Amino acid sequence: MFDLADIWAAIIAFAVLTYVIMDGFDLGIGILFPFLKTEHERDLAMNSVAPVWDGNETWLVMGGGGLLAVFPLAYAIVLPALYMPITLMLLALIFRGVAFEFRWRTKRWKPVWDVAFIGGSTTAAFCQGIALGALVQGIKVADRAYAGGWWDWLSPFSILTGFAVVIGYALLGATWLVMKTEGDLNAQMRKYATPLAMGTLGLIGIVSLLTPLQNPVYFERWFTWPQMAFSMIVPVLLLCATYVLFKGLRSGRDVSPFLASLSIFILCFAGIGISFYPNIIPPSLSIQEAAAPDSSLKFALVGTVILLPLILGYTAYAYWVFRGKMDPDEGYH
Amino acid sequence: MFDSFSAEMLARMQFAFTISFHIIFPAFSIGLANFLAVLNALWLKTGNDTYRVLFDYWKKIFAVAFAMGVVSGITMSYQIGTNWSVFSDKAGPVIGPLMAYEVLSAFFLEAGFLGIMLFGRERVGHKLHMFATAMVAFGTLMSATWILSVNSWMQTPAGFSMNDQGQFIPDDWWAIVFNPSFPYRLVHMVIAAFLTTSFVVGGVAGWHLLRDHTNAATRKMFSMALWMAAIVAPIQIFVGDMHGLNTLEHQPVKVMAMEGHFDSHPDGAPLILFGIPNEAEKRVDYAVQIPKLSSLILKHHLDAPLDGLDTIDDADEPPIAIVFFSFRIMVGIGFAMLGVGIWSLWARYQGRLYDAKWLHRVAVIMAPSGFVAVLAGWITTEVGRQPFTVYGLLRTSESLAPVAAPAVATSLIAFIITYFFVFGAGTFYLLRLMSYVPENNPFPGEPKEIAHV
Ligand code: HDD
Ligand code: HEM
Ligand code: HEM
Repeated sequence: MFDLADIWAAIIAFAVLTYVIMDGFDLGIGILFPFLKTEHERDLAMNSVAPVWDGNETWLVMGGGGLLAVFPLAYAIVLPALYMPITLMLLALIFRGVAFEFRWRTKRWKPVWDVAFIGGSTTAAFCQGIALGALVQGIKVADRAYAGGWWDWLSPFSILTGFAVVIGYALLGATWLVMKTEGDLNAQMRKYATPLAMGTLGLIGIVSLLTPLQNPVYFERWFTWPQMAFSMIVPVLLLCATYVLFKGLRSGRDVSPFLASLSIFILCFAGIGISFYPNIIPPSLSIQEAAAPDSSLKFALVGTVILLPLILGYTAYAYWVFRGKMDPDEGYH
Repeated sequence: MFDSFSAEMLARMQFAFTISFHIIFPAFSIGLANFLAVLNALWLKTGNDTYRVLFDYWKKIFAVAFAMGVVSGITMSYQIGTNWSVFSDKAGPVIGPLMAYEVLSAFFLEAGFLGIMLFGRERVGHKLHMFATAMVAFGTLMSATWILSVNSWMQTPAGFSMNDQGQFIPDDWWAIVFNPSFPYRLVHMVIAAFLTTSFVVGGVAGWHLLRDHTNAATRKMFSMALWMAAIVAPIQIFVGDMHGLNTLEHQPVKVMAMEGHFDSHPDGAPLILFGIPNEAEKRVDYAVQIPKLSSLILKHHLDAPLDGLDTIDDADEPPIAIVFFSFRIMVGIGFAMLGVGIWSLWARYQGRLYDAKWLHRVAVIMAPSGFVAVLAGWITTEVGRQPFTVYGLLRTSESLAPVAAPAVATSLIAFIITYFFVFGAGTFYLLRLMSYVPENNPFPGEPKEIAHV
């Protein structure tokens, strides 16, 4: 049944998912930045995530650090395999991270850091999508090491997943801003959310259709028991989320479109989980093979069980402190 | 540009480059976070607005430095995998959980409360704001604790066994976390961060004092910074000495390199104050030395024998000159800091702390000295550990990822360009913030924060 390695796989999956949805809307704001009309709107959009972006990004460190701790072999194989996209993502995250502080520190160079924010956010999102696509394609392993070349990650499929993630994050960003702002910005984002949602769903559809072509195993996983139970539920829930999203956007609701978009991401993530399990790296490295010795898994688990609830608690509190609509006159900086 | 280098050399250069940039920011943000917590507490306790002015002043500076620390740190945590994947696979079971604890107990804490600390005072009230500020400071110390435990384990590995795949398997977590060099390294590094920060604060204060020695906030921060220097610099020298004795016990080769002892000295080794190590001829040229002092410092006995590098296989030696020079730079700065501390005590005793122009000038010159000492210290430690990543057990050459040299070269160039551009701009903004006089609403164009409390 479920042993330590499976529990850890679930925790890592949780960290990555949390990263994707939390930093997803931060990055989405960066992707939408060029479409914001006035400087005031840009300031507002940026301020809506200024107090939380660092915490959001920490889930990425948790995903990477956690992988090193409990699945060192997976970490040692994935990172060299994705050397280029990961390095590019790190560089992009540097630009978008410092932009949060730097653009307040200068008048003349503010546009430069706006470009850094836009470019950094978009590139980081695209690289994350590429990484996802490259994983789905599968990674060559021999003798406990990556055995492919340094361009293997590049394919039409991974570029497609790259686009999908960019559009999806933009949807998260747009619905976040619908929730956090009023007036013109709210209306504009509401208008954008509809095509972004259609784009996201369309790309999800195409990627899902192409996935079994990458490896027929995925097809089998979806259509054997007990996964099949999930495979039936996931599309149904996806339809429900889509309905709530469009209905919310039409009927002027502010919160439900964001929650519905989050749900779409969570469901896609569950779908990917179904495709991968019991492997941690397709096509051949299993969760069990990659796991660190039990003493590592246990030691790390004790701390996680105690600290993770605390983290979720104070993170929720931080969001609560900065809840509600942005006050257009309040300067955070 | 880097055609003639192997992938290993490039990966080492990349690691050294990125970590050297990273450590600059933690060294500052650990000290500053704690300084801010103290300032805020003093303001709440005494109601003296000078503390509040200083808090708001350094808070802005902290925010910029912290952001740079975060983004440069994220690079580090992934680079261990991209460039040193074999090391990750083998040492991951031991160091991975320690790093996971760092994320769980430090990074989330810092990040979670940072927003409230920076932007939330009016929303949560003074008490909770104080709590958030203290949590950020505590987080930076937790972070230092875990990452230094990792690094110290790589220097003085303990508490493990090996399996068939050559992986380090943790047996005794207590022994791993509290490995032999960890307590020394932790104390030495945290004090280094405090000293670094106090010299920055002191330097900024000195600069403003030279222009206007009546500003209450400037005077207050000069006084606080130099108390810190006067008290902590001697402690650092003492701790550094103990750290060295511990290193002699566990990594004698590193100490030979630090001391420049190419030859063994069966009846008392000299202390080489200065000289130029000549690695080809295996001797120190132009050495200025004090007979037997090294034996006295390291063994507490004038005639105690000390082995030299002649007893070590060349393949197991670190590069000598780098270790030799960087160690001297650090120790030199340590004594210079002590000097400034003593001078400030003297000026204080004479009641001229805020009028001693030369002291202010020297404080300005010494402002960046902590960063130099921190880098020099780390270079001593890390280069002195070569040619191993896990000391004595795993060679650097056996830690490398299976990546192609062009990939590493490309990313190295990209890192160099990005870092100089981004952190160069950041340093410029930091210096500009520091150039404003600390007073109510010091920064032009900022919303007035004190007004609406
Ligand atoms: C002595 C202290 C120290 C040392 C040796 C290091 N760090 Fe660091 N690090 C910190 C002290 C610190 C800090 C003070 O906690 C920082 C600085 C700014 C910040 O946000 O936290 C930080 C930030 C920071 C972050 C961003 C955390 C976030 O998202 O908030 C990461 C991922 C790392 N570090 C990882 C590393 C790695 C992989 C290192 C070595 C290879 C390393 N650090 C050396
Ligand atoms: C933060 C301060 C640190 C600095 C300034 C620093 C500096 C350096 C330098 C200069 C090298 C290159 C040595 C050489 O190639 O001759 C190096 C190597 C290395 N360091 Fe550190 N280091 C620091 C902390 C750490 C920590 C905390 C870790 C643990 C994760 C670490 C892990 C490594 C590894 C894996 C290498 C491998 C590359 C090599 O040995 O050449 N370092 N470091
Ligand atoms: C005269 C006083 C000092 C002595 C005798 C001293 C001694 C040492 C020694 C022996 C090491 C290497 C330990 C090893 O690698 O095993 C070291 C490392 C280091 N030193 Fe110093 N030190 C002094 C002053 C300073 C100062 C003033 C700073 C910074 C403000 C500093 C910062 C560091 C750092 C960051 C390291 C690397 C991390 C570590 O190993 O702790 N040191 N020091």
